[in-house]
Amino acid sequence: MSEGVAAVSYIGATILFILSLGGLSNPESSRRGNLYGMIGMTIAVLATVFGPRVTPAGYPWIIGCMVVGGSIGLYAARTVKMTQMPELVALMHSLVGLAAMLVGYANYIDPAASFHLIDGKSIPLTEAEKAIHEIEIYIGILIGAVTFSGSIIAFGKLSGKIGGKPMLLPGRHWLNLAGLLIVIYFGREFLHAESVNTGMTALIVMSVIALLFGIHMVMAIGGADMPVVISMLNSYSGWAAAATGFMLSNDLLIVTGALVGSSGAILSYIMCRAMNRHFISVIAGGFGTGGGTPAVASGGAQPAGEVNPILAAETAELLREAKSVIIVPGYGMAVAQAQHTVYEITKHLREKGVNVRFGIHPVAGRMPGHMNVLLAEAKVPYDIVFEMDELNEDFPTTDVAMVIGANDIVNPSAQDDPTSPIAGMPVLEVWKAKTSIVMKRSMASGYAGVDNPLFYKDNNRMLFGDAKKMLDEVLVALKA
Amino acid sequence: MPQVIGVPRETAAGEKRVATVPEVVEKLIKLGFKVAVESGAGDAANFSDDVYRAAGAEIIEGAATLWAASDIVFKVRGPSAEEIGLMREGGTLVSFIWPAQNPELLKQLAAKKATVLAMDSVPRISRAQKLDALSSMANIAGYRAVIEAAHHFGRFFTGQITAAGKVPPAKVFVIGAGVAGLAAIGTASGLGAIVRANDTRPEVGDQVKSMGGEFVTVDYTEEGSGVGGYAKVMSEGFLKAQAAVFAKQAKEVDIIITTALIPGRPAPKLITAEMVKSMKPGSVIVDMAAEQGGNCELTVPHQVTVKYGVTIIGYSDLPSRLSKQSSTLYATNLFRLAEELCKTKDGVINVNMEDEVLRGTTVVKEGNITWPPPAPKLSAAPPAAARPAAVPAKAQGGHGKSGAPASGTSTAITFLIAAGLFWFIGYSAPGAFLAHFTVFVLGCFVGYMVVWNVTPALHTPLMSVTNAISSIIAIGALVQIAPPLEGGLAPGDWIRGLAVAGIALTAINMIGGFAVTRRMLEMFRK
Repeated sequence: MSEGVAAVSYIGATILFILSLGGLSNPESSRRGNLYGMIGMTIAVLATVFGPRVTPAGYPWIIGCMVVGGSIGLYAARTVKMTQMPELVALMHSLVGLAAMLVGYANYIDPAASFHLIDGKSIPLTEAEKAIHEIEIYIGILIGAVTFSGSIIAFGKLSGKIGGKPMLLPGRHWLNLAGLLIVIYFGREFLHAESVNTGMTALIVMSVIALLFGIHMVMAIGGADMPVVISMLNSYSGWAAAATGFMLSNDLLIVTGALVGSSGAILSYIMCRAMNRHFISVIAGGFGTGGGTPAVASGGAQPAGEVNPILAAETAELLREAKSVIIVPGYGMAVAQAQHTVYEITKHLREKGVNVRFGIHPVAGRMPGHMNVLLAEAKVPYDIVFEMDELNEDFPTTDVAMVIGANDIVNPSAQDDPTSPIAGMPVLEVWKAKTSIVMKRSMASGYAGVDNPLFYKDNNRMLFGDAKKMLDEVLVALKA
Repeated sequence: MPQVIGVPRETAAGEKRVATVPEVVEKLIKLGFKVAVESGAGDAANFSDDVYRAAGAEIIEGAATLWAASDIVFKVRGPSAEEIGLMREGGTLVSFIWPAQNPELLKQLAAKKATVLAMDSVPRISRAQKLDALSSMANIAGYRAVIEAAHHFGRFFTGQITAAGKVPPAKVFVIGAGVAGLAAIGTASGLGAIVRANDTRPEVGDQVKSMGGEFVTVDYTEEGSGVGGYAKVMSEGFLKAQAAVFAKQAKEVDIIITTALIPGRPAPKLITAEMVKSMKPGSVIVDMAAEQGGNCELTVPHQVTVKYGVTIIGYSDLPSRLSKQSSTLYATNLFRLAEELCKTKDGVINVNMEDEVLRGTTVVKEGNITWPPPAPKLSAAPPAAARPAAVPAKAQGGHGKSGAPASGTSTAITFLIAAGLFWFIGYSAPGAFLAHFTVFVLGCFVGYMVVWNVTPALHTPLMSVTNAISSIIAIGALVQIAPPLEGGLAPGDWIRGLAVAGIALTAINMIGGFAVTRRMLEMFRK
């Protein structure tokens, strides 16, 4: 395949990738979108393999790697539970990061990389071109390393292998700053390196610092901010690909990386906005510890009063008598794997003519859109699943609002209490419904570590217990 | 040492309510208080001394003994001069006070070094709803107003077609759709009447409809909502337009119920003598604002009068006429207040002036007049506007995040920084790099445009598909595994090893990512 055909194939692949993202604008076209992505990827890989930069000597290697990697990937994709989606995505981000690092290293030690390849002839790079090329390698490896270690930690946090609490080292901002300065210093060393070996030292030192930085960054972020972290790492994996593209002078990589990078950045922005927090403050970490203490210390905002516990049978009674019900799921539903029972209840109520809808907060769960995926898995039709803004005004006319394993996203102090750490965060106004039922294992506070005055409201009832178990009981009582 | 809550018999003429009921006595005792009730206090509300005793209260003969024995006195009506005389120096009193209308009373109470909580001054915020005695009394009054009207009205409320002829339904016009107004609307429509209602606050229209009424609007734009959900004084132009509406309604309807009050002011005169004259003989007006001067010019407070053939009811004791109901609700409101006052449940009150609810309710604190309280905070703070993302144009990340329009200065700064950056790149970088850079920047913008259209429900699939796509990085590894080299040089083992690992890793990602996205998207169905 000639250089020209390969280039055209790359353009085709680029277009398909853009169409792929565009297809996700609604569920009907989304499957086609994914198909475009697959075709685009196939074209890109084939054009590269049969293109001028790969000789047939590499084919066995490529096929071997593809088969091994592909089988692992396929196996993981088949067996992963929908509740574990965030972990899987985090793990996959780390692979992209690691691959970017490997490619960067390989590129640096590759002697051929310091030549242009034009019409089969090698032309040495000019001084400026060489400098830029090395900066590209350096940055590519840097981003790759941060993505890699950050994603690994995010994976650990999401799967519960590492505690969700933010880990805050003393003077952590200074540590990060020092790291940055060292990275810049070694960047200079790297550019002025005489030989590959001296350059390698700088590269390795930088990689270690970048890895530590990635670990440190994600360790400092609390569990509630995970949706932001995941989308941010998604963004980084894109930028890593773009940097690799610059390194290899490959426009397809650059465009694709930019697409993925900006997609992740937009998602992070949407998530931050949903929590009414600044991107920088999420990244700086330490939510619920730094800003949260004044409110707790003053004690003035402590909600008081009695909670009204109820039983599953009474819940069923309330649901049966309701004309309209809004269900607000949270991470607790995912943990308890209760989405199927939720749908059974929904189906039963809908058959009885009850208007059941779902209200999804943008940051419910541990990654953007997490709740939607779980509900879709349980076959809840997506046209009764609404975003917060679409149905927040309907709560006053709703008979029962059922909160399943959610806490901070239904906390009225976000609106009422300006000293609350979550003040100003948009929340689902379940307390405006005639009755709200909160399903929770205990009175413990949510990830933000804020007490929730909703529990003490007169029209609120608490259904304590494991969400799955309680919902099963509710379902039995409903059918009885 | 638990404090004693004393409940005297109401001394005001015709007052049948009592400030606590046996059911609540039990709850107060659970809070740690001792409760003393004056003998005969509950008689008018059908609660005998024996029932109170059974609930755990001590029955004390005579007002003087009771006042002397009580640390805290719960009352319905504000104290008379005589009662103030009986009051213990430095004691606590909870009752209706109406501080705006009774400045003298405040002074006398302050002279007693008393702490006084006025149940009419409970701030109107969500948290304080359970102790909002005005609302619970207004609810009863609204109900009773309709019952009184029905009593004096010579016809059915509901329309009927009988063998003896057709009966038209009564038409009721309710002015002021506060709690009392809404209760009246609900009661009247429950009896079968056609109900219309008007209020200066347009936002209550839906509430009127929900109670079965029809909202009559005044065709004049002016926002009538004052602080804390009450109405405010309206402009002259509005009043004129409003009077025209009322005059028209007066001719059509059989019953008018007025509930228009503005806090701390005499009731607005809404129904003129002319309007009364224009009403059909036999019609009824219930003026629920009679105590504050009345909404109707012809109202005689506390009395029923007939003017121009129209019965005008000026009772000011409507809740008291349903004494058992109103006593129970009022007693519960007082209990809720006691809970707020005694969070430790040890029977000792703490008038915490930091608490917004208690601060608003307290009108005299240890002899100092603390009325009026500072203006209430709005119960729902408007969510802070999305911050404009004026992130300086870093090489990565800056492009994707400007969703909200940034302010002028920050936009200018962003542009300046971006321009500087671009200039630097253009100045120092060679042509080949610039070509790639162009592609990169355009790629960012395409991504930005495309991704904003993605529906939030599909954010997880979006992430997994972008993740799969980012394994395009495989190309980087592919071109290194066996590049065509001059002189037949094979790539070093290191490079090959790294490339192999790179391909394998990205293959996991590529195939796994697409497969899992596909699996997820399959689940999204109608």
